[in-house]
Amino acid sequence: MTDQTVLKLNGLSKRFGPVVANDDVSLTLGRGEVLALLGENGAGKTTLMNMLFGHYLPDAGTVEVADPGGTLHPLPLGHPQAALAAGVGMVHQHFALAENINALDNITLGSEPLLSLRRDRRAAERKIKDIMARSGLTAPQDVPVGRLSVGERQRVEILKALYRDARILVLDEPTAVLTPQEADTLFANIKTMTAEGLSVIFISHKLREVLAFSDRIAVLRHGRKVGEMATSEADEGTIARLMVGADTPKVAREAATPGAPVLTLQNVSVAGRSKRDTLQGVTLTVHAHEILGIAGISGNGQSGLANLISGLAVPTAGMIRVDETEIARPSAATMVAAGIGRIPEDRHHEGIVGAMSVAENMVIERLGDPDIQSRGLLRRDAIQANAEGLAQAYDVRGPGVGAAARLLSGGNIQKLILARVFERAPRLILANQPTRGLDMGAAAEVGRRLLEARGRGAGVVLISEDLDEILGLADRIMVIRDGALVEAGTMDRAKIGLMMAGEPA
Amino acid sequence: MMDLLNILLSESFWAASLRIATPLIFGVLGALICERAGVLNLGIEGIFVVGAMCGWMAVWLGAGLWGGVIVAALAGAFFGLLHAILTVPLGLSQHVSGLGITLFATSVSYFTYRTALPNVSSPPRIEPFQALDIPVLSDLPFLGPVLFQQTALTWLALLMVALVWYVMNRSALGVALKAVGDNPDSVDAQGLSVYALRIWAIVAGSALMALGGAFLTMSAFDAFFFGMVNGRGWVCIALVIFASWRPGKALLGALLFGAFDALQVRLQTEMGALVPGQVFLMAPYILSIIALVIAARSADYPRALLTPWFKGQR
Repeated sequence: MTDQTVLKLNGLSKRFGPVVANDDVSLTLGRGEVLALLGENGAGKTTLMNMLFGHYLPDAGTVEVADPGGTLHPLPLGHPQAALAAGVGMVHQHFALAENINALDNITLGSEPLLSLRRDRRAAERKIKDIMARSGLTAPQDVPVGRLSVGERQRVEILKALYRDARILVLDEPTAVLTPQEADTLFANIKTMTAEGLSVIFISHKLREVLAFSDRIAVLRHGRKVGEMATSEADEGTIARLMVGADTPKVAREAATPGAPVLTLQNVSVAGRSKRDTLQGVTLTVHAHEILGIAGISGNGQSGLANLISGLAVPTAGMIRVDETEIARPSAATMVAAGIGRIPEDRHHEGIVGAMSVAENMVIERLGDPDIQSRGLLRRDAIQANAEGLAQAYDVRGPGVGAAARLLSGGNIQKLILARVFERAPRLILANQPTRGLDMGAAAEVGRRLLEARGRGAGVVLISEDLDEILGLADRIMVIRDGALVEAGTMDRAKIGLMMAGEPA
Repeated sequence: MMDLLNILLSESFWAASLRIATPLIFGVLGALICERAGVLNLGIEGIFVVGAMCGWMAVWLGAGLWGGVIVAALAGAFFGLLHAILTVPLGLSQHVSGLGITLFATSVSYFTYRTALPNVSSPPRIEPFQALDIPVLSDLPFLGPVLFQQTALTWLALLMVALVWYVMNRSALGVALKAVGDNPDSVDAQGLSVYALRIWAIVAGSALMALGGAFLTMSAFDAFFFGMVNGRGWVCIALVIFASWRPGKALLGALLFGAFDALQVRLQTEMGALVPGQVFLMAPYILSIIALVIAARSADYPRALLTPWFKGQR
């Protein structure tokens, strides 16, 4: 590593509407250096890198990139082409690969003239072989990319950047999709490449790999850079505290005494299609008058748990009990009938039917009730009256209850869902990321309603990637990691942060 | 049984198969290019009509035969451009736009024809393409009559199969086309224009489709009539799936359909007394459906087919 600076971000800021994604963030990157960009979900890591790569135009700030000679030049912002040409390559979490063509074609796509009828495949092959030999990254070149493993596809993505002579490589959560062995190989390759003069920024929230493989660490929280240090001087406790923040005021609330169990899961497993919806022998109990917070890093089985409780996933093993009744064959209908109210993660797609009216969405889970229909025909007047009452009680604002639900803002859609869930006085409420993307007012309203339901005697399962939210609302916290749940046994932010990252507390 | 064998061994049967297949070859290749780039072009049926009418009318108005072919291709390209603008940058439903183009192009063709020729009882004829008679080769037994008594347009169709195959499998353009139909982000991330690739693919594909129509009025027949395209465009849409979006298999599919059609005409004359003629007319379509059912089960659709892509939305 040398002292030569290859990249400078100066005071980058970006707002999306009222949400501040990045606020005056400055960073530098040295030649041959590995910089880890750490932060929780929504801390603004990806937004920052997307500004560097020209996908977003910053509201303020500049970027300077060094040419091969080492002189810094300002980078025109908002143009991915300019970033590519300046030697900045980005590997996104979602790969931009065509699966019906092979790796070589994916790598050379765009660097050959389209209208020439001849291709110099051999020169391309030679160059790729050379890059593979120097970096240690290998991937089969002559089968369609669709047949490659995830790790191989990621290597193709990195080869794409290197083929374009990238000198700065940005990796967005590169290990999220890799097995631990693949991740170790990747970091070994990165070391090889940085020895050749490549500079790397990798985005992560895994403390272990950051401490093991980076030279320097920058921590973002709520869009701001809250810390920067050499990895050799960093320790897990400090970083965890920086990531989750130490001084967020708690929501005022009364203590409650838990009652009888309302939901019991015993050694329940779910075979999901990916890690995010897989559960491995989960045991938990939620009592009446209790909010159970499920903390964890995105994609560790939260979807699996939510699907299980809402009856969308069928367990492969274990037992589910609601109150005293064992649910033998869980389905969405049996779970609703058993008294489970569901606030889904993706409120636009799973929470409402956008083309149907607000009024219809409010009764959509109880279309069979006699006050809603008689002899199979909907009672429009009753539905209308019901909707007007609920819209008032829950302050659902918008173009009226007859309008399509998709016309509501995110916060009002969430209020519509809250109205639908709470009016049925459910025994248990599943709230999955209930405040994601909401402004502070709407988020506070959701919290207030959840506490209100708890006061009434409901049990609440609160799944959130926002540790502050869980700490503010939950009576008890469990941590989900790799599809398994463990009792946190503490309300200590740093300790829970470490458990989320898979470290012994 | 003997009759069937006689038919299958006759030169005229194979020559007819190739002749019937020719417009389908153009059409399948055109549809294949559009769909490889990720856009379904249901305007094909109308573009066939436009090609048939414009090619014929250009010649009737005094252009040469090849001039007519060029006019037909340009007319097809124009309607392709319309479809491309509606479906690519504007991202409208490809089904609705395509069917709209078919209705529009067909009506405009008929309207133009009727306006130009308000009072004719029998359609005016042109001097169509003649069989390319190549000395020596045309005199070869069997192969001679089958291959070397086709018109220049049939040869053009076969040449197009080779050209499209080459572009798709050997050129950088083909790679980009396949990529844009599979994952437009892959093309965008490498600095190529998704819009330009898709628009040009639809324009070129539509020009090829129009040549299929032009073959009807300038080679198979010598005049334009209403309803002469008669569903050939729709057959091509099915044949693309049968061909798994590959030019070589597209040729095979078109020939297969051509052979079914040639066979049914001959069976009608042989067995017309026993079975109603309509059964034979249906046969090529029914056999196509059966072939499609078998082929489509393993069909590997371009992943981005029917999905509009907008810049800046990842």
